[in-house]
Amino acid sequence: MMVFLETPLDEKTVRSLKVGDVVYINGPVMTGRDEVHIRALKNIDEGKENPECLRNAVLYHCGPIISGTEGSYEVVAAGPTTSARMNSLESRMIEEFGIRAIIGKGGMSKDVGETMKRCGCVYLAATGGAAVTLAEGLARIEGVEWLDLGMPEAIWKFRTSRLGPLIVAMDCNGNSLYEQVKENLKR
Amino acid sequence: MIVLPETVDEVVVKLLRLANTRLSHDIGWALEAAAGWETNDIAYSQLGSIMDNVKKAEFLGRPMCQDTGIPVFYVSGSFDSSISEKITEGVRRATKEIPLRPNAVDPITRENSGDNLGEGMPIIHYRPTDDEFIEITVLPKGAGSENMTKLAMLNPSEGIEGVKRFVIDSVLDAGGRPCPPTIVGVGIGGLSDTCVEMAKEALTVPLDVRNPDPVLDKLEEELFIALNSSGLGPMGLGGSSTVLGVRIKKAFCHTASLPVAVNIGCWATRRATARIMPNGTVEYIQGGE
Repeated sequence: MMVFLETPLDEKTVRSLKVGDVVYINGPVMTGRDEVHIRALKNIDEGKENPECLRNAVLYHCGPIISGTEGSYEVVAAGPTTSARMNSLESRMIEEFGIRAIIGKGGMSKDVGETMKRCGCVYLAATGGAAVTLAEGLARIEGVEWLDLGMPEAIWKFRTSRLGPLIVAMDCNGNSLYEQVKENLKR
Repeated sequence: MIVLPETVDEVVVKLLRLANTRLSHDIGWALEAAAGWETNDIAYSQLGSIMDNVKKAEFLGRPMCQDTGIPVFYVSGSFDSSISEKITEGVRRATKEIPLRPNAVDPITRENSGDNLGEGMPIIHYRPTDDEFIEITVLPKGAGSENMTKLAMLNPSEGIEGVKRFVIDSVLDAGGRPCPPTIVGVGIGGLSDTCVEMAKEALTVPLDVRNPDPVLDKLEEELFIALNSSGLGPMGLGGSSTVLGVRIKKAFCHTASLPVAVNIGCWATRRATARIMPNGTVEYIQGGE
C-alpha cells in the first residue's frame, strides 16, 4: 500500500504502518548517524541540553554531501547509510527522544525492533546509493546543528517534499522484512 | 573518449568526476540484466530506484551516492615519484570542485581533515611497467561495502569447498549492509595482506570480461549462481538479484596456508581509468567502451 505521511508523526499513525507498505514523507526530517547518537546520549548522561529538533523526530541515517555556506546550503546527494552501525545506541535514542521513524538501509537488530514495538517507531528502508533521487525529496535545508562533527556527521534539518519511495521494513508489530529474508536464506 | 594534453592533477579530478557521476557501462548492463530476471516486487522496485538514480546522477553531473568513499588509485606504466604529489592535489581539488564528501578522519580523534587527505592518504598502488604511457585507475571505496571485508586463513585441507563456503557466508552475513546487488571481489592465496589487496583489485576488473583462468572462471560462475539463488536480494529485502558479478584473483601461497579474502563492492562500484600518452593526450575508459 502506498502511504503519504506528514511529519512530525504521531504514535497512532506509526502503529498503523505494516511491513511492505511504500511510504513518502512530507515535513521535517533530521539526519543523525554515529556521532550524533554518541553526543546526544552523552549530553543526557552529563545533564546537558540537546537540540530540540531531535524530539519526536524522523531520524535519517544519512551523511549528505552539502554545497554552499550558511544561508545558501544545498543538498547535492543524500542516500542512507548502514543503520546496523547504530544498533547498540538506537534503542536508547528511541526511548529518550521519542523517535517515531528511522530511515536507513540494511535494517537494525532484533533488540532495536523490540524497542520500536514497545515505543511506537518504524524502520523505513531507503534504497542504498540512490542519493540523487532521495536528495530531490529533501527539498530544503532549514538549518544545521553540530557542524563541528564534520559534514557527514552533523544534524542537517531537512524539510522534505515527497521523500521516497521508502519501504516499511520493520513495523510496530515486531515484523521485520530483514528477519523474514534471513530465515529463508538458502546457503 | 580522447582529450588534449592535461596535467595529472586535472586527469585525477576528471577521473573522480567520471567515476562518481557515471556508472561503468558493464555495471549498468549488469543492473539491466538483473532487472530482467528479478521476480520479487520489492526487489524490482529497488532496482528501478537504482537505475533511475544512475540516470539522474549522470544527467545532473552529481555523485550517484553521497558516500564518495576513500579513493584508491592504481598507477602503472612509466612515471616518476612526483606523481604522488599530483594525485594528492587532484584529490584536494576534486573534493571541492565536484564536490565529494570529505570522508577522511583521524582514526583516534575522529577529526575530519575536510579535504579527503591526511596521514596515509590518498592510497596509491604503483606498478611500474615498460609501457610508454601512464595508466591511472581510480576506485572510490565507500564504507558500507568496505566494512564488510573478511579475511580467512583457511587450512589447506578445507580446499576449494572451504573457499566457496567462506565467500557465500561472507556475502550472506553482510546482508543488506553493503548495498546489494553487489560485486564480490575475492582474493585466493598470497599472504594475508596481498590476499585482501587482490580481493579489492578484483573489483577493478570489468564484469563483461571472462576470467582468463578457466578454473577461476568456473568458480566465479558457481558463486554467482549460488549467491543469486540465496534469496537475499537488493538491499537485503529479498529477491534473486543479490550479486551483479564475482571477480576472483589468485596468487601462489605458502604450502601450509590457504588465505581467502572477500572485499565487496556495492552496486555503485565506481571506477574509471585514464591512459596518459607520451604526447600528453589522455584516453578515458569506463568498462567495455
